[in-house]
Parts: sequence; C-alpha cells; structure tokens
Amino acid sequence: MYKLKVPVRKNTSNIIITVLLGILSILFLIPLIWMLSTSAKFESDVMVFPIEWIPKRWNLVENFKAVWMSDVPFGRFYFNSLKLASITTLVTLIVSSMSAYAFSKLRFPGRGVLFGLLLAFLMIPEQATLVPRYIMIKWFGLFNTHEGLILMSMFSIYFTFLMRQYMVGISDEYIEAAKIDGAGYFKIYWKIMLPLCKPILATVGIIKFIWVWNDYQNPLIFLYNEKLYPITLGMQYFRTEYSENYAVMMMASLSAILPLLIVFVILQRQVIAGISLGGVKG
Amino acid sequence: MEVNYKAESEMASVTPASSKKVFWNERRKESAAGILFVLPEVLGICLMGVFPLGFTLFLSFTEWNFIGGLDAIKFIGFDNFVRLASDESFLLALKNNLLYTLFTVPVGMVLALILAVVIHSKAYAKDFFKVAFFIPYISTQVAVAAIWAALFHPSLGPINQFLKNIGMADPPKWLGSTDSVMAAIIIIGIWHVVGYIVIIYISGLSTISIEVYEAAEIDGANFWQKFIKITVPLLSPTTFFLAITLMISSFKVFDLVAFLTEGGPNHASNVLVYYIYEEGFKNFRMGYASAISWVLFIIVAVLTIIMWKIQGRKAE
Repeated sequence: MYKLKVPVRKNTSNIIITVLLGILSILFLIPLIWMLSTSAKFESDVMVFPIEWIPKRWNLVENFKAVWMSDVPFGRFYFNSLKLASITTLVTLIVSSMSAYAFSKLRFPGRGVLFGLLLAFLMIPEQATLVPRYIMIKWFGLFNTHEGLILMSMFSIYFTFLMRQYMVGISDEYIEAAKIDGAGYFKIYWKIMLPLCKPILATVGIIKFIWVWNDYQNPLIFLYNEKLYPITLGMQYFRTEYSENYAVMMMASLSAILPLLIVFVILQRQVIAGISLGGVKG
Repeated sequence: MEVNYKAESEMASVTPASSKKVFWNERRKESAAGILFVLPEVLGICLMGVFPLGFTLFLSFTEWNFIGGLDAIKFIGFDNFVRLASDESFLLALKNNLLYTLFTVPVGMVLALILAVVIHSKAYAKDFFKVAFFIPYISTQVAVAAIWAALFHPSLGPINQFLKNIGMADPPKWLGSTDSVMAAIIIIGIWHVVGYIVIIYISGLSTISIEVYEAAEIDGANFWQKFIKITVPLLSPTTFFLAITLMISSFKVFDLVAFLTEGGPNHASNVLVYYIYEEGFKNFRMGYASAISWVLFIIVAVLTIIMWKIQGRKAE
C-alpha cells in the first residue's frame, strides 16, 4: 500500500471534525467498552441502568477465575487456537509461496492454463463444499482432529495470487546470478525468493492467522471433543454453560479478542496493508 | 485487483527440447521443477475444492442419509431442486440472505465512504481512526456476537433500557422475536464490516491525485461539488470491487446466525449457509444439503464472473 501525503490545512474546522470523529469512534466502540466494564462486574450489577461504566464493586478476579480456571479451562482453547492458527499459517505460506514461485519464475508446459484454472477455482465458496468435505474427512479418518482442520484450510489460491504478483516484480538478475553459482531450483526458492518475499509473507501470514483464529464454522462441523476446541467453540461452550452470566461471558469475550487486538495494534500497518490487498473473509 | 491471466497463456507454449543428447537439459529440468513446485497446491485444491464441488453436484441428485453408508444413496434426479422451489424454509432463507445483502452492503458502503472521505481529507490522527473503526472487523465474530446478545437482551439489555428511557414504550425484542431478529443481525453485520470498507476506500482515495482537487478549487468548487464530481466517479472501480466482494461475503453469512439464533426464532433468521448446515449436519440429509450448496455456488459464481467481466473490460 502506498500513500500520497495530503497536506492537511491546519484550521479550526479540521480540529472540530477530528473531535466529532473522535466522539463518533467512541460511540462506535461502545459495545467493546461495555464488554470491558462488564467483565469486571458482579452479575447483579451488569444490567443496572444507567450503565455503571466504571464498576462500583469489582469482581474481576472471580470472573477471571471462572473463565481461566474452570473444568474446561480457557487456556486449553487458547492453546488449540494458537496451534491451529500457527501451523495452518506456516503450511499455507509454504504451499502458496512454492506455487507462486513456479507461476512467476519457472517455465513449464501448461503454466498459463493451470494458473487461469486456479483463478477460476477462486469462485468456489468453501461453504458449498461442506457436505462432501465432511464425508471425505470421515473417510480419511481425520474427523475430530486438528489435522483435518489444517488440511482443509491450508490451500489458498488467493494468497498464491498475491504472492505471485509480488514475485513477478522481483528482478531475474538475482536468480541468474545464483544459477551461475550453481544453485538448483529449490535452493533459489529457499535462499533467494523467500528472503526477498519477506514483506508479502508477513502481510499474508498475519491475515491468514487472523482468519484461522476467528474461524468458527469448520471447527463447529468437524470437531466434537471439547479438548480440541479452539477459542471460537470455547465461546460457544461458555455460552451454554453461563448463558445468564453476562459478566463471565464478557470476560470470555475479552479473553478471546484481546490477543488479536494487541497483535493488530502492534502490526497495524501490515494488517491494514494486507486487508487493502482485498482480503475479505469468505 | 485485476485478475488478468490471458497474458500468461503465451507462456504455455514451450519450444521443443533443443538438445537430443542429454535428456535432462535445462529446459526439461526447469519444467520438472515448475511442476513439482505447483504440485502440492494443485493437488490440494483438487482434493479440497474441485472434487468436493463435483461431489456436491452428484449428491444433489440423490437422497442420502450419511449414516446409512454408500449403499443407501438413492438417485432421485431433479427432485431435490423441485422440492427447494416450494420449500418455505429455503425460500425464507433465501429471502433473509437477500435482505441481509440489501441492507449491509449499501448501508455499510455509504457510511464507510463518508467516514473514509472525512478521515482522509479532514481529520488529524488518521491512523488512530483507521484502527478504531477497524477493530470490530478483526475481532473474533462469535466473541463480538456474545457482546451484542447481551446488549440486545429484550427486557434488561442496555439498548432496550435506553430506548425505554427516551420514551419508546414497546421496544423491539431483537433476537427474541421473528419480526426483529434479522434487523438485529443486520445491525451487527454492518458494525462488523464498516471498518473493512473504510480501509479499502481510504486506500482508493490515496490514489487520487491532489492536483485534480486543486484544479477544481481554482474553479471555485466547494467540498460537496468536489465529492460528487471528483471523488465518487474516480472511486467507482473501488466501489464496484467492494460491492461485489461484499455481496459475495454476505451470501456466506453464518457465524452470527449459528452462534446467536441457530436460525430461530421459528426459522425467522435462517440463511443459506445455516440451512446447509442444518440439513446436512443436524438432519443428515446430505442430498438436500448438496442441492442448497449448489444454489449458493451458482450465486457466488455469477457474481464473481460479473466482476471479472467488468474488470477485464476496464483493463482493456
């Protein structure tokens, strides 16, 4: 993503607009602010109106314990989400960058046709293949396993497309130089292309990580063992266990959202750049 | 965002091997390497995308309860599709999907366009506002849905307490009533997606040259005239891209419905993907669920092809 610096005229109207926008953004984020305040409350104070934005009585520790130290602790869900998201991201990056390298830098018969076909397959919505995937995953003996989930989400044509676009822009000189030094194709991919592609790998990797972390549909259909639940199913578990305890629920929501939020605030430029490339979850 | 692969087709023609002495000459080695490098992805897409799509088509002409095993597959021709045409649950799901698309896409886009223009041209601390409006989009949707479920609580929830307080005697029951459940889901959907649209619009805005605006200012154009005559037309490729991708993703809405309402109350918030889930994995009617899947596929495919056709035309 590139940006043209637009000089902002320093006048009062811009200050007023910024202040109004600030108020608007606070209103916009009210649900999250409410979550934050509720997660620290006693259940009996949650629905008091007018809302106590800063709790008069604090129950933060008890709510925290209910979420993190219960029979099926949140820590387990966390670990599962972390595991699923990191492995899937890593595998996707390898698979997609390999084919992006071939589609951008290697000549082989059928390359153009194959790439065209792959792009056409972009239009297959994941949701339209749920039924046969369910049957196949059962046949493979991967039902109710993390391996099954990883297998289903490790292929991403869109990321291949983005990486190929990036690699096309990398000068062939590096590759020619390596060839003269006697490097094989794998060595060129591993030692030259991947290091040169770090920016796009980071961008795509973060987006993939967020998608897998947030995935609810696949785990819902392909997992039934609570021990294997990622955080999204963990939320559902808490919803059935604590349906009327909003304070605990909000602590669970906060726990689910917070790590991604921190990652996002630290890496906002990469995340926003990745999203600007057009990645809409689907 | 143009998808242009026509130019690639010329690469497909490979000149015959020049040397007959060595079988593994440079050209053959490069071809072999190329094929090996694309193999994992191509096999994976075939296994997890193309084959299942064909399998769904096959199943959509059958009646099959998965539990009965392969022997229980019964071929019934177009019966599933005929049944769909008069299945009230399906028609309601389709209607709800259209309703969801019809509200989230235009409302989200108009709100986001205004926000994007204001943030881009008039505000200080642009990065802060981008982040603020973007937070809901990256937040886990089911976690966010849990917050809204509490906010929308019919009697005690802050939203209805507020509405009562400002004089509304009988506020909607939101997720609890067939009349208002889709409205509640649409509100959450818009809140979730607005930040994404803002980001895309801002990246579109930053490609418009400032000189265009300066020229208009010399001619005495005000903010509104510049918006209508310059910003909107120059952003039209972005608008078009957003409209299609948002329509496609709105047809895939699932998490909110599955987590908040399970299609209820009384099927009032059923949508296509939830109906696939319900028929396939709760009632184990694999054939029928496959027929619904194909309806979804055709909708998404048609939208995608429209996008490519128009973008292709613009690229030429």
